[in-house]
Amino acid sequence: MSKVLRISKGAEQGVQELLKFLLESGKVKGVLTLTKINNNGAVDYSLITNSEMLKDALPLFPLMPANAGKLLSRFTLKSALAEPIAVVVKPCELRAFIELVKREQGSLENFLFISSTCDGVYPLEISSNGEVAKKLSKYWDAVKKGDIAPDIRPTCSCCKYFLPYNADITIALIGENIDKECKIFLTTEKGKKSVEGMKGQLVEGELKTQEVKNLLNKREENKKKLFDNPALMQDGLSGLIETFGRCIGCHGCSRVCPICYCTLCTFDSKDYENEPSTYETELKKRGGMRVPPNTILYHIGRLTHIGISCVGCGMCTDVCPVDIPLSTIFLKVGGEVQQTFNYIPGKSVEEKVPLTIFEKEELTEVED
Amino acid sequence: MKDDFEPTIIGFLCRWCSYAGADLAGTSRLQYPPSMLPIRVMCSSRVDPVFIITAFLRGADAVLVAGCHPGDCHYIEGNYYTRRRFACLRKIFETLGMESDRIRLSWISASEGPRFAQVVTDYTDKIKKLGPNPAKKEIFL
Repeated sequence: MSKVLRISKGAEQGVQELLKFLLESGKVKGVLTLTKINNNGAVDYSLITNSEMLKDALPLFPLMPANAGKLLSRFTLKSALAEPIAVVVKPCELRAFIELVKREQGSLENFLFISSTCDGVYPLEISSNGEVAKKLSKYWDAVKKGDIAPDIRPTCSCCKYFLPYNADITIALIGENIDKECKIFLTTEKGKKSVEGMKGQLVEGELKTQEVKNLLNKREENKKKLFDNPALMQDGLSGLIETFGRCIGCHGCSRVCPICYCTLCTFDSKDYENEPSTYETELKKRGGMRVPPNTILYHIGRLTHIGISCVGCGMCTDVCPVDIPLSTIFLKVGGEVQQTFNYIPGKSVEEKVPLTIFEKEELTEVED
Repeated sequence: MKDDFEPTIIGFLCRWCSYAGADLAGTSRLQYPPSMLPIRVMCSSRVDPVFIITAFLRGADAVLVAGCHPGDCHYIEGNYYTRRRFACLRKIFETLGMESDRIRLSWISASEGPRFAQVVTDYTDKIKKLGPNPAKKEIFL
C-alpha cells in the first residue's frame, strides 16, 4: 500500500495539472514531457519552464520518439542538474537511464521522476501520418480493461516491467477509470513532498491491482508466442545470415539504443577499416565475400556489449529500415544473459552491472 | 575425408600462466597436435568477446581462452571478469543456436605443461568430431 493523491479529472488532464502545479509552485524549475508538434499526432520530448506552454504537453501519449533515458543522460553527462526538473517518462526509459547512470553516463540528482503503469507505445512509422490519432481510442480502451493494446511495438506487447522502478510519482493507468479520475501514487518521500499543497484527496492505494496481475500473465503468454515463433529467427549461423543478411549497415540501431552510449562505436571506428591484405586472405579462404564485411559480427558484438542491460524498449526495431526484428531478438538473447546473473536492468541503481563485478566461486559450468 | 580435417584453434593465452604453461609443454618435449595458434595477451580479461566472435566468423574451428586459475591472476582479479564475460558469450551462442562447443575457457597455470598438452589434445579431438566451422565457407557474413 502507498499514498495516493486522487484527482477527479481524467488521467491526462490530471497529469497536466500536476506538472502545472509543480512548475508554478516552484518545486521544479522545468518539466520534460512529450509535447505535440503538429496535429498529425507527431510528438517530441521538450523541456518546458513556462507553465503556459504546458497546454501542448501530452505526457501520457503512447509514442516514444526517442528513448528518454538517452536524453536524460545527455543532460547530465558533464555535470548533475543544478535545479530540480520533473520528467515524465515510460518505465523502460527510466530503466535505461538508471543503467546509464550505473555506467557513469549521467546523474540522478535533482530529477523528479514521474512515470506510469505503461501499456506500451506505437511504432514510430505511424507517428506522423495521422494513424496514431485514429488508434488512440482503442488504445485507451485497452488500458482501461488491462488488455494488451493492439498494434503496439512487439517488445511492448511482451514487456513484464510496466510497473516503473525508481519513479517518485507513478500514475496508475492500467485497469483504472482514467476518464473520471487520476490516481497519482507517491512512491517515494520526494514524491510525497513534491505534491504537498496540491488539491486532491489523499488516500491509500495499491498499484499492483488484479488487472495489473492479469496483464502480466497475458504479456507472459504473448512473450512465449513471440519468442518461440520460428519465423523470428532460425537457429545457428544460417539463421543469423538469413535474418541479418538484409542489414544495410546504417547502424541506426546503435544510434538510438539507450544503452549504446559510446560517441564513437568500435564498429564505426578505424579498427574496423580493413587492410587490403585482410580482404586477400579472406578471399583466398572463401572465394568470395560480402562487402562491406562484419555485419554478423556487428550484431553479435552488440549483443555481447549491451545484451546484459537491454531494457527492450523497441527503439532499434522501430528505426530499422529493413525491418529486422532486432528488439525481439535482443530481448530474447539479452533476457537469457540477464537471467544467468539474475539481473533486471534498471531495477536498482545500487546493484552493479554484472559484468563489472564477480563472485569468487561461481559459474564453474563454463570452465573446462 | 573427416580424418584429414586438421582443425584450427585460436588460443588466447594469458602471458603469466597459460602462455608459460605452453612454453613448459614445449621445453618438456610433450607431444600435442599442432592445431593451436597461440595469441599472447597480457591477461585473459584482455579478451573482448568480440575477439572471439571475430576469430569464429573468420573461420577458426574453435577458440580457446586460457588464463590463470581463479585466485592466481597476476592482476589479482582479471580472470574472474573473464569468466563472467565468457558465461555471457556462451549464453548468447546457445540462445542463437550456435555451436557453443567451439568456444572454451580453461585455466592452465605456468607449471601445468602436461595439462596444457592435454587440453589442446582433448579439444582438438572434440573439434575433429564436430567437423569444420560452417562459417568458413560462408560469404554473407
